[in-house]
Amino acid sequence: MTLYLYKEHYSAMVEHARYDVPNECCGMLAGKGDRVSAVWRATNAQHSPTRYSLDPQDILRGIREADKAGCELIGFYHSHTHTEAYPSKTDMELAFWPECRYVIVSLIDSGHPTLRAFWIADGKVTEDVVEVSASPDA
Amino acid sequence: MAVEVRVPSLMRKIVNGEKTVQANGTTIGQLLEDLEKRYPGFKERILTPDNGLNQFVALYLNDEDIRFLKELNTIVEDGDVLLILPAVAGG
Repeated sequence: MTLYLYKEHYSAMVEHARYDVPNECCGMLAGKGDRVSAVWRATNAQHSPTRYSLDPQDILRGIREADKAGCELIGFYHSHTHTEAYPSKTDMELAFWPECRYVIVSLIDSGHPTLRAFWIADGKVTEDVVEVSASPDA
Repeated sequence: MAVEVRVPSLMRKIVNGEKTVQANGTTIGQLLEDLEKRYPGFKERILTPDNGLNQFVALYLNDEDIRFLKELNTIVEDGDVLLILPAVAGG
């Protein structure tokens, strides 16, 4: 499958990852189906370089915003500051939502961040193609 | 008591795509039992095998986290709104 992002969404996630260094960042992707229409930051309640959890109040806000905008939360993102953009052992253990994508931004090469998207279901990882296009408003 | 339960997009397959469902019961635990009868598999997304709240969801009754109320024993009233929030974590 393919995850469709606009450039601004891609940049927003990478900027967030850089901003929260040395800690991991996390946030939400809102949209419809495979198309992302907004990316929202969340607070990493763990404030940790190796763990993340989205603050429930941010998720509550995200669900309300998505409702207002007529879309859904279709995925969540987080960063890996020193490992590749692939689900870690902890990511696998705590992946409880097979219905959404897990997007990971890696800053292992800080000059060239990478962003990949995955489904995690029953301990199995499936990768999406990430297609980034210019924003329609640009 | 009839309570409106708001289901996150990630759980809607279980409830046939509905955004909100009605549940009956006197406590939150009973609401979940009621939903389980109509939507098999519902409860196991919310509770641990020994009927505790699992770490992957948060339940908010009228905007209050039920962990700060009486958890599953919290009494509900007609017109209350129970919101299921996904909890997302990793490393």
